[in-house]
Amino acid sequence: MIELENVGYNYGGGELLHEVSVQLAPGSFHFLTGPSGAGKTTLLKLCYGALMPTAGRVRAFNMDVHGLDRDQMAYLRRRVGVVHQDCRFLDHLPVIENIALPLLVSGRELSHEEANLQELLNWVGLSERAHALPPELSGGERQRAALARSVILSPDVIIADEPTGNVDWEMSQRLLQLLVELNRMGKTILVATHDLSLIRAAKNQVQARVLRISNRQLQLAGADL
Amino acid sequence: MTEGRLRKLILGDAQADRVVPPSGFTAQLTLFVSGAMAFLTVFALALSMASGRLADQWAEELARAATLRINAPAEQRAAQTEAALEILRQTPGVATARALTGEEQAALLAPWFGAGVPVGDLPLPQLIEVTGDDAGYDAQGLRLRLQAEVPGAVLDDHTRWRAPLVDAAQALRRLAWVSILLIGGATAAMITLAANAALAANAQVIEVLRLVGALDSYIAQAFIRRFTLRALTGTAVGVAAGMIGVFLMPEASAEGGFLTGLGLQGWGWLAPLLIPPLGALVAFAATTRAATKRLGELS
Repeated sequence: MIELENVGYNYGGGELLHEVSVQLAPGSFHFLTGPSGAGKTTLLKLCYGALMPTAGRVRAFNMDVHGLDRDQMAYLRRRVGVVHQDCRFLDHLPVIENIALPLLVSGRELSHEEANLQELLNWVGLSERAHALPPELSGGERQRAALARSVILSPDVIIADEPTGNVDWEMSQRLLQLLVELNRMGKTILVATHDLSLIRAAKNQVQARVLRISNRQLQLAGADL
Repeated sequence: MTEGRLRKLILGDAQADRVVPPSGFTAQLTLFVSGAMAFLTVFALALSMASGRLADQWAEELARAATLRINAPAEQRAAQTEAALEILRQTPGVATARALTGEEQAALLAPWFGAGVPVGDLPLPQLIEVTGDDAGYDAQGLRLRLQAEVPGAVLDDHTRWRAPLVDAAQALRRLAWVSILLIGGATAAMITLAANAALAANAQVIEVLRLVGALDSYIAQAFIRRFTLRALTGTAVGVAAGMIGVFLMPEASAEGGFLTGLGLQGWGWLAPLLIPPLGALVAFAATTRAATKRLGELS
């Protein structure tokens, strides 16, 4: 699905990532962990093309992201669902329209997707809040709405950046549950988190691999978590 | 642009339109400026058409009309007038030649001397009004012949003051066209600035749209459509106001001179109706350019 080959990334003030290689196989579940500022978000952005590597190659769906023009990049984003750290909604549109936004921008007929949309809202437990504006939602509701938006186009890969960053334990369990369900449906999942208890909780339910960034390198963490 | 895209642009996509938040104040400014520009364009257009009309009219009237002045002692005046009329009748290209009566000459002088002056008693030269036909006559040949046969006759074909008048009218028309072009350019500049401001103000929205896989063309369209429709509405209102203004100008009249002829006539009334579509086209091009450039700069 997504392959990083000796990828380096340099913000200008020194190298943040060095010789990073990883393959996200179809149907796999990966956690990405590491201290704050280690480059978790950067690595995720490299995976969905929001950043270009300064060294090495990133391949997504067998295409080198370096060679993609802006339109091809947009088509790539439709195949990768992203749950941003701070969610990123259009604050002037109600939740339901924000969730349906990927459908809208890819030119799908919204009336045909009405049933899917309702089902998705039920799944993330936001049916009651469908017509609220994003700023009116709680942290957990925002994260669930962002997750619903990321999966509405039925992407092959879902990348989530600290989806449980500012929600309580119960809510993070619920979000994890949703991600696990998606993985069971065959989606490739990559979740950045520094919450080790979340990773432990996941390991009971799904075969997840844990990648750790330390010293600018990516390491496969053992079962010692 | 594909037909589908064009249709979408005109009919609109109410859903797609909502992805960009409404912007109250800049929208009003765009409307106001495009309205004001359209209003000015109507006047520039009316000026250009009127001055063009004047130039043609003056050139034509003056080219065909000439005056023959007979400066002769009182006792010879009648005979010389008769001889001159005879020559004029024989000259090819002269449609009519008519000696003005005493009353007509007095009427011509009335604005200078007042009505009470007995101009009939003054030793005035006799004036003959000469009108050429469409082909025109040979003024130089006529002059030579008159010189030989009617020594007191002076032919004035108005060339002396015709040329500067026609030049002035044509210069006026050129100025009006330059003004229209400048107004068009200023409108394009204003829309570009407004579109850039809107794109900058909505950087967050654009980022979200890119994140969920929107093509640049989709994002651009939301802005293009908005500014095109605003320009169309603004110019339509401006043109309507401008046309009412022109309509309320006094009718062309002899007393008012050429100033009162500065309106639109006949088919000319249709010309301002082209301004809103052209304004919309300018806005479309300016926004497309601004959006393409701006979006290309984003990651």
